[in-house]
Amino acid sequence: MKELSNVVQQIKPSGIRKFFDLASTMEGVISLGVGEPDFDTPWHICENAIYSMSNGKTHYTANRGLLELRKVICEFHRIRYGQNYDPEKETLITVGGSEAIDLAMRALINPGDEIIVMDPNYVAYEPSIQLAGGTVVRIRLKEENDFKLLPEDLKAAITPKTKAIMLNFPSNPTGGVMTYEDYEKIVPIIKESDIYVISDEIYAELSFDQEFASLAQFPEIRDQVIVINGFSKAFAMTGWRLGYALANKEVSGAMTKIHQYVIMSAPTAAQYAGIEAMMHGIDDVLKMKNDYLNRRNLLVNRLNRMGFKTNCPHGTFYVFPNIQRTGMTSDEFCSKLLEEELVACVPGTAFGDSGEGFIRISYAYSLDHIKQALDRMEHFIQNHPLKDID
Amino acid sequence: MIQNNILNLLENDARLTSQDLADVLNEDENEIKKIVKQLEDEKIICGYHTVINYNKALRDQKVMAYIEVSCTPQRNKGYDKTAQLIANYPEVDTMYLLSGDCDFLCLVQGKTMFEVARFVSDKIACVESVLGTKTLFVLKQYKQSGIVMNEPVQDDQDRLVVTP
Repeated sequence: MKELSNVVQQIKPSGIRKFFDLASTMEGVISLGVGEPDFDTPWHICENAIYSMSNGKTHYTANRGLLELRKVICEFHRIRYGQNYDPEKETLITVGGSEAIDLAMRALINPGDEIIVMDPNYVAYEPSIQLAGGTVVRIRLKEENDFKLLPEDLKAAITPKTKAIMLNFPSNPTGGVMTYEDYEKIVPIIKESDIYVISDEIYAELSFDQEFASLAQFPEIRDQVIVINGFSKAFAMTGWRLGYALANKEVSGAMTKIHQYVIMSAPTAAQYAGIEAMMHGIDDVLKMKNDYLNRRNLLVNRLNRMGFKTNCPHGTFYVFPNIQRTGMTSDEFCSKLLEEELVACVPGTAFGDSGEGFIRISYAYSLDHIKQALDRMEHFIQNHPLKDID
Repeated sequence: MIQNNILNLLENDARLTSQDLADVLNEDENEIKKIVKQLEDEKIICGYHTVINYNKALRDQKVMAYIEVSCTPQRNKGYDKTAQLIANYPEVDTMYLLSGDCDFLCLVQGKTMFEVARFVSDKIACVESVLGTKTLFVLKQYKQSGIVMNEPVQDDQDRLVVTP
């Protein structure tokens, strides 16, 4: 048979896959490795989708998605995040935030263009860039800076070939956030270099200790920013595959052009669920957020007491503890923890080389579940005592 | 505020230790112990119970009935005196004063239907100023304390074990 695409062959297999394969064959595993909410979608949201189907809303929608949904999304973003977009020309409903990321890359990249990503970063960004023919440039985020993007690092990474920067704050896997003040320092750099910003804001609602901030709130660079968001994390709707992109009308139009050929339109029932979610679902979001906050505190306090240096993440549902005192690599640590204590975590290296020395722990689990997993981890470090390092 | 947070957490899971509560609320453990003790002393926390699905456990060994009770309120005491007389019976698990057709609603538990029926006719109906009762036997419980009963056993299997 003839050879498969070179680009596809060059893409690294996912580092998460290995742990999934291993963990799913074992009995009695307590997982802390899941990147989706443990809550079921609130019932009133499901019910609205069921109602739409029973009323025959089972056809394609407009390519950009139902106008009614686009309107409530724009209204939601205006009120909650101070972002202003036109529902008709600047909004596109996609199959999850994932599709929107892919579309953004394909709409922007010419062969050889450089796209700056944070390292560690969410696993889908780099493959999307490669598939679109772009070159990945990484900025190493550091624990001592709370995994924030610093202006000097951004400046150093920009070259004449830079087309865009891919951001994700609050961040999977680190839980790091950027505040309005943090962004203020990088806005002039973005303005001056005239690069695009692809801002994956899927965890916006899960900002705990500070108000959510976005580069799209700065009028001087607003047209350079592509906001990507969706329903998965905030409304516990991962399985519905519903996301969207907000961008100036040229970019939005280009993304819509790709979307109309490869997707047509996002699932119709999911779009009706989305309308209900944004109109009446915010109380559910706040309740879930409060539960996440409780779990985060439990994890951060106990991990630090165990001796794993753990920065308090100010958003998402992940903590990113430092495991260097075990003397193991992230991969070794996660493999041993899984084999010996049946606890599944994801090694930091699954999210980039800068993740070495860290693991990602998800707290999209009940307090009870997290407590059991932590008890097992305590047992683990009794058998593998932590070393003192400077 | 911290009192409310403790109550919310314990209401959902009474097994949380004071160390757990301290970790979750970013507080000192001794401070938590002090507050919980105070809540118990003030009878704000009145007990720690387990939610049991009696459809599955003790099948046929326990009968529950809601008893609607009508009565005449008493001068200067209103409903409270009669309520006290009924609530003191250990057979009465839960009791409310309601608006509407009846006055009290009592959840009564017994071993058999006969036992519950006899308790209603011999005890509640005979309490001073009670005018009448209506007994509604529970056939099946679908939900209690926010927990839907009798769901097929399911855990995290809906979710993949490890995902990005």
